[in-house]
Order: sequence, then structure tokens, then C-alpha cells
Amino acid sequence: MSLLEIHNLHANVNGIEILRGIDLTIDGGSVHSIMGPNGSGKSTLAKVLAGDPVYEVTEGTVTLNGVDLLDMEPDERAREGMFMAFQYPVEIPGVSTKYFLRAAVNAMLKHRGKDELDAVSFLKKVKETAPMVDLDPALLDRAVNEGFSGGEKKRAEVFQMAMLEPTMCVLDETDSGLDIDALRVVANGVNTLRNADRGFLVITHYQRLLEYIVPDVVHVLIDGRIARTGGKELALELEEKGYGWIESSCDSTSGC
Amino acid sequence: MPDDPNAMLDQWADANEYRWGFTTDIESETLPPGLNEDVVRRISAIKREPQWMLDFRLEAFAKWRQMDEPEWAHFPDHDWRPIDYQAISYYSAPISDDDRPKSLDEVDPKLLETYEKLGIPLEERAALAGVAVDAVFDSVSVATTFRDKLMDVGVIFCSFSEAVRDYPELIKKYLGTVVPKADNYFAALNSAVFTDGSFVYIPKGVACPMELSTYFRINAMNTGQFERTLIVCDEGASVSYLEGCTAPQRDENQLHAAVVELIAETDASIKYSTIQNWYPGDENGVGGIFNFVTKRGICRGDRSHISWTQVETGSAITWKYPSCVLKGDDSAGEFYSVALTNGYQQADTGTKMVHIGKNTTSNIVSKGISAGHGQNTYRGLVKVRPNASNVRNFTQCDSMLMGSQCGAHTFPVIEVENDTAIIEHEATTSRIGEDKIFYLNQRGLSSEEAVSMIVNGFCREVLAELPMEFAVEARKLLEVSLEDSVG
Repeated sequence: MSLLEIHNLHANVNGIEILRGIDLTIDGGSVHSIMGPNGSGKSTLAKVLAGDPVYEVTEGTVTLNGVDLLDMEPDERAREGMFMAFQYPVEIPGVSTKYFLRAAVNAMLKHRGKDELDAVSFLKKVKETAPMVDLDPALLDRAVNEGFSGGEKKRAEVFQMAMLEPTMCVLDETDSGLDIDALRVVANGVNTLRNADRGFLVITHYQRLLEYIVPDVVHVLIDGRIARTGGKELALELEEKGYGWIESSCDSTSGC
Repeated sequence: MPDDPNAMLDQWADANEYRWGFTTDIESETLPPGLNEDVVRRISAIKREPQWMLDFRLEAFAKWRQMDEPEWAHFPDHDWRPIDYQAISYYSAPISDDDRPKSLDEVDPKLLETYEKLGIPLEERAALAGVAVDAVFDSVSVATTFRDKLMDVGVIFCSFSEAVRDYPELIKKYLGTVVPKADNYFAALNSAVFTDGSFVYIPKGVACPMELSTYFRINAMNTGQFERTLIVCDEGASVSYLEGCTAPQRDENQLHAAVVELIAETDASIKYSTIQNWYPGDENGVGGIFNFVTKRGICRGDRSHISWTQVETGSAITWKYPSCVLKGDDSAGEFYSVALTNGYQQADTGTKMVHIGKNTTSNIVSKGISAGHGQNTYRGLVKVRPNASNVRNFTQCDSMLMGSQCGAHTFPVIEVENDTAIIEHEATTSRIGEDKIFYLNQRGLSSEEAVSMIVNGFCREVLAELPMEFAVEARKLLEVSLEDSVG
């Protein structure tokens, strides 16, 4: 049994089909990357996995550790180990990041049958984890994502990932809007979290991120389907040739 | 800042589990329903009041009889007008008027039991929290704590009836000076038939050594509550006063028409905090309390300061405008409010800031939350009189909507008669964002937790004004009040 198994996944938004039959299997310990042109459905896939109510799954199955993911509410999925780093993390005015994160961490621990963290042990964990993404701890006293720069938001997402210790991490264009230094920091954070049990799905538009987070498998998503799958060298090929050569080898009716 | 104040609040809240919906069966001496001059005289007689107090009541009653119920409030879904003033009983006491208990030992054990259910065991919690409690239970004060300690520094904190008896000069001097007898229909009614309430006097230069707290509770069926609160802070004195209310579930509408008057002399400072969570009616909007309250403070002296903070989550209808008359130069008024309406609740609330003195400032922060079929109205007046130079006012008025059946309305009025005034008004209306809820869901928090967190964040500036134990109760209340409001 693989960590994440996606079979023939179809999903709509506002009645328009975006995902048109995705098959994807991710084992614990591996990093998969999804690349693809704008509008190919990359972010939709991430959000469908996380359970964003905007999207409607019309067909297919997804299991996480053998459990039916699609049958669960978004918060249940999260507690089962599904984490998505948002491309555009929302701001939640008036709610301190620390307070929010402690509630989230404790929700996870409770679900795993572990003791919840008191304020002291929580802060200890924060202090140990923050350097991983070079996060200024003062940010954590601010409201969730409020007034964070683009780079701070992305770092905060990876920081939350580290704190919550998920089994399946989906990163939705975490590199967008990052300069090269921030990109390196975020990638280092992700690399630190790689272990034998944890799976990663790294969604990106550019090959650049994959220089730092080296994937085991690269998929190319075009028009809601996976058009190509290969090793990390596929990303380099895409960098060189663009997506056109794959698109032109696909046919809109019969697929790729 | 403290490491994690919310964690402390959580622990405190867990230890003080809030319980709802119970009635205590206590023998009440209750006047038969009806209102006429004899009833007013009877109330005064039961309370053994002096002639001047009776005269005050009778004058108010005469004026009330000539007044009409106001109709301008915005209550689109609730018709409150069929209040039958002749169907209300205007006096009910837990025990006969004599022999008020001198200590808790003398208090009816059933009453103490009720306090337990409310989570306010006087003997422990008051001591632990350092709060003196003047508990008003069905119109008559039955227990007052810490009075001796307060008396040591000259602070008077007693029931209104006692104050009429023991401090007539102070009452005569201040009663009705902020809210005149015929100020409005409900204030006039209160002035005629008020049964009890609280009186606070802080003498010159004294900072009240503890927060003063009154818990109101409506318990007898069909008994209107007409409380009277008068707080006087003499020169250079300061006090923080807490008022909290809960009520057991019931079907009958109940009228509550309280009057609160605050007086701040030169350099004095009064902070008045309220949590109001009276029975809001059932899911169909049947029953619930009508909360028609007149609250007003006057900054009489220079550099005086009055701050109102309110968290309104209960009542079928809330209709009130805690206001400040800024008469002294350099005086300051503040109003911080959270009003939450769910089910079929209606709230029309806000404040009036009347700038009379020079260099006076006012700050208004209003947060309205509407869920279910709730209707929430902010109504505010900022008035700058001709002689009030260099006035500053800042108003922030935010509304949050949950679901598609509720409403938020704002009626801000600004009247400026002096060119030097700087008035700022900011307002926002937002729907509680599905994107925010999803984000919190994605971090493992349930939708209920997410909504509660978002709402508490929305209200943060106001909750931060509350003393800690009150902030905890407020947070709990917001949570409980919003239960089942996420689909």
C-alpha cells in the first residue's frame, strides 16, 4: 500500500471540468513534482486533495494510508496527515499565529492519541523549529499571515508544516514570488523534513525550485491529465523546451 | 506581551465551565401584575423609602404616562410593541424585605446553588478573582462581599436601596443628573418603578483597590427588571466596574429596562464593562428578553475619562447606546462593543459621544456579528458643540455576516459645529470567509473551532479591553452563541 493513491480523479469547479482523470501514486519517503503550464490543473489537484469545498469531485478515488480521503472533511484529512502549503495563504485578523498554531498542533496530537502541548512545551517546539526556515519568531506574535511579506508567508507555511508533522505534504507553488535566497531557505526547510515515511507533492511552474528540492519523480500535467512522467531530468528538459512539445504530442480527444 | 494569554484564558475557562438554562425555585414576594400610581407607591413603601425618593418616582411616573413608546429602532423581524405594561409585575423579592443577610451563611442555600450553576461561587471565586460582588437576584441585593475592605479606603459599594437609606445626600446630589427622569420612555419607566441596583462612590484621590462586579439575574416569571446603577467617581479617583448577566431559559418575553449613570469628576476615570447573555428566545424566535437600557456617563471634570466596553450576545432584542457627555476640558470617552445576533435576535446598539469641552477625545470601536436570521444595527452619534475646540474622534465600525439570512446595518450620525474638530469614521462589512475557514480546516481545526477563532479575532480589540476573567467568559459566550451557525 502506498502513502497516497489517486485513481482516475475528476474534479469540477463551477461545472467546468478541470481534472480529467488523474492517476498518481506516492510512496512514503519520495518526492514527486508536478509541473505544467498555467491552467493545467496543478493547483486544483492540490486543493482537491486538501478538500477545498469550491471543487467538486465527480469521479475517482483517493486514499491516504489506505483510508478513503474523499470521504473526509478537510479538517479530518488534515488530522489524518494531509498538509497543503497554500500558494496564497489567507490573513486572519486578530488571531495570533502562536495561538492558532498551538490549537492546530494540539488538534493533531489529540487525533494521534498523544498528550497535547502546554504553553511551555509548545514554545520550546517553536524555538526549535523556527530556525529551520529562518523565521523571525516575532512574526508569530502577529495575526496569522497579516502584514507578512510574500516570502514570510511562504516560510510560515513551511514552518507550520514542520510543526504539524504531516505524513503527506503538498506544496502548491510555494516558490512563486520568492527571490533566490528565500527559495533556498524554504527548500532547505522542506529537505530537512524529508524522511522515510513522509511523502511530498511539490507543485511548481518552474524548474528552479527543483534544483533545491530534488524530486524522485516528475509529472507533467496538461489539460487536467498527467501527460508525461519521468525522473528529475524531465524537469530540465521542460526548462529547455517548454511545455509545447508535450502539448503537441497530446490530442484533445484521445489524450496523450 | 505574555507568552500565550489565550492559553491562560483557555485553562481558566475550562476550570469555570459555563452552564445554562436552569431555574431556581425560590419563594418570591411578588406584586400582582399592573402599573398605576399605587404600584409606584407600594414599591417605595416596600423599600421603606424617604419621601424625596417617592417624589422622584411619582414625577417620573407622571411623565411616563404622557410619553409614547419610541418606534425608530431598526427591528425588521421582531415586533416588540405588544408589550403589555399592565401584564408585568413590578416587584419581586427572593425573601421578605426585612433582614437582608449579613453574610453568606444567611443567604438562601438555593440561591447559592444558583450561583454555583452560574459558575460564580461568591465565597471562592470572588476571593480568588479579587472581585467584590454585589449580586442582584430578582430585584433585591442579597449578598455583598468585600464591603469592609472597600470601606477601609472609603469606597462605597452597596445596593441602591441601602444607598438611599445610608447615603441620601449623595443619591440626591447625583441621581437623575445624567439620565433625567423623562429622558426617554424606558428611562422614565425605570425611574418610576426601579427596584434595586448598585451604588458606587469612589472618594477623592482613591483608586478602587479591586474590580467591582455585579451579576444580575432574572429568575421569577413575568417580572420586569428595572435596575438602577449609579457610579460616582470623585476628583482624581478611578474604578473598574463589571456587570454580567445570565438568565435561565423561558418562554415568556421579559422586559428589562435598566438605567446606568456614571459621573466622573475632575481627573477621575471610570471603566464600565458588560457581558450580556440573557435568554435570546428559541430557534423560532419565540421568547427571550427585551433589553432596553439607558446607559450614559458624564465626564464632568477636566481630564476625566469614561470607557464603556460591552459584549452583547443575549436577549431577543437589545436596544441601547452607552454614551458619554464630554463636558470637562481634555476629557475622553471610549466605547468598545461586540454585538452578536444569532437565531432571530435583533440588536440596535451603538453610542453617543457629545463633545462639549475643549480638547475632548472619543474613540468608538464597534464589532457587529450577524448569524442565522440575526439583525445587527450600529447607530452612533458624534456631536461637537460650538465651544468644543480641537476635538478628536475616531470611529471604527465593522460588521461580519454569517450565512445569507442575516443583516448588518449602520446609521452613523456626525454633527460638527466647530471647525477645529477632526472626525474619522471607518467602516467595513465582510462575510465570514469560506477561504479562512478552509485554511484553518486544513490545519486540523474543525469548522466550529475555525469560526470561533475567526470571530474572536474579529472582536479582539474589544475583548482586549475586558478584564481577564470577563474576557474568558466573553470568548466562551461567543463560541456558544455561534454553535450550529456553520452549515
